[in-house]
Amino acid sequence: MHPFALERPRDLNAAVALRAQAGRNDAPAEYIAGGTDMVQLLQEDVRRPERLVSLAGLLDNRIEAGTQGLRIGAAATMAAVASHPAVVEQFPVISEALLNSASPQVRNQATMGGNLLQRTRCPYFRDVGYAACNKRVPGSGCAAIGGENRWHAVLGTSENCIAANPSDLAVALVALDAAVEVRGPGGQRTVPLANLHRLPADTPHIETVLEPGEVISVIAVPASSLARRSHYLKVRDRASFEFAVVSAAVALDMGGGLIRQARVALGGVGTKPWRLPRVEAALSGESLHPAALRRTAALAAEGAHGRGHNSFKIELMQRVIVRAIETAGARA
Amino acid sequence: MEEPSTSRSPKITGADMTRRDLLEAAVVTGGALVGGQLMPGCIEEAAAQAAGALPAALQVVLRVNGMEHRLALDPRATLLDVLREHLHLTGSKKGCGLGQCGACTVLMDGKRVKACLSLAALAEGREITTIEGLAQGDQLHPLQTAFIERDAFQCGYCTPGQIMAGVACINEGHAGSAQEIRDWMSGNLCRCGAYDHIVAAIQDAARATRAVPGG
Repeated sequence: MHPFALERPRDLNAAVALRAQAGRNDAPAEYIAGGTDMVQLLQEDVRRPERLVSLAGLLDNRIEAGTQGLRIGAAATMAAVASHPAVVEQFPVISEALLNSASPQVRNQATMGGNLLQRTRCPYFRDVGYAACNKRVPGSGCAAIGGENRWHAVLGTSENCIAANPSDLAVALVALDAAVEVRGPGGQRTVPLANLHRLPADTPHIETVLEPGEVISVIAVPASSLARRSHYLKVRDRASFEFAVVSAAVALDMGGGLIRQARVALGGVGTKPWRLPRVEAALSGESLHPAALRRTAALAAEGAHGRGHNSFKIELMQRVIVRAIETAGARA
Repeated sequence: MEEPSTSRSPKITGADMTRRDLLEAAVVTGGALVGGQLMPGCIEEAAAQAAGALPAALQVVLRVNGMEHRLALDPRATLLDVLREHLHLTGSKKGCGLGQCGACTVLMDGKRVKACLSLAALAEGREITTIEGLAQGDQLHPLQTAFIERDAFQCGYCTPGQIMAGVACINEGHAGSAQEIRDWMSGNLCRCGAYDHIVAAIQDAARATRAVPGG
């Protein structure tokens, strides 16, 4: 691990000021909260900050459910949110996405805010033995495009990066139109989850719209008629403790055996959490008949671009959508 | 440790250091090689000295198994390394160091965590319980007894982590069935493959815990 100074500021403003002094990328200063991703990145020499600014004790960890929806303090652990009665009952897709993430130990440590900002699992990003990674070393190239890319994205990719966003939680949240409240040197602002992550385009090393010093303080999920009938389906290489090959978050508003409204988002296949508005629009007014679901799910493949090893995901993601909708539709 | 027989000095220039340079630096500066692996702490020191800047030590108070310890720590020290190297509580094991194997599982404020993913300085103020703090005097925890009775290990390296995770699994109420135990114990790997016996031991201990009034 590269040497760093560890700052333990007394309040959030002091933390923001310390972090804001540093630049946007490859910053000499970084935040650390739960630490489950950051410590891995430090151990593997992927991040080499001169300073770590601890957020321990500086952010809210409360989980509040009301008529407006859910408000989750960014410091709440994944485990606390996953088992919260209101989340389990009213927003099952969030609870399921969390319980299908990582391991029980990591879920006790990792925070909700940190989960949304975790770095990709692309093995070329995580291994400094590879010279080419535009995320790690801008301009160095992408070893994944011509390399082992079974785990990589097929949606939202560029010629510079095909790394998949690894968060299950983000997929559930983007399906439910969640937003994050952000604190920074300029005060507070709200960012819809759909806009939090950036497409890689020409700058894959800039992963979010957060400005230097900005920190997620609250995750807000609006109340909706769909969230109760929601489901997270995760397909992976082993039954537990593994990142998604393909996953789907779906939420349905049903009436008279027909889908009134649907929300569909995919994980494991996008460079960011991937919402599917065209699939959602096509599902409106449809039945749960398998042929109808297959036909609408096919719209997910629009714009998908396989790179060889990961091309199977384009078919698989359509099947995962169908299965997830069937499961959610069968819920009372 | 014996003095290295080589007098060759490593060529080290800050960020350009290779792994081989690091190994050489560790040997020359007194880092200990154990079983082919560098002892944690030693390699850090060698790297920091080579880079010319050892970060200032942090004064940290850690509460482990009911005892308070005042420590001066390198900010990079993980909780696992401090437990093992500073407090000599070597029950918690270092497997992968990346949160994947679970051999380092300890309880923090009663909840299971991976000590290798926690910076020790950020564990200040938390109540940490290691495998050494589980028994009450000579009275083993029911899960320790169950591991012995069920022969739930071969080499034993993952066992402390399995037991700490298993205790938490039972306390959380996630030991209702073999399938549930397997799912909720997925953060702990056993390369000997003693999984069937581990699951049986957790089921035994869960029953024993339920049988105790108020347990």
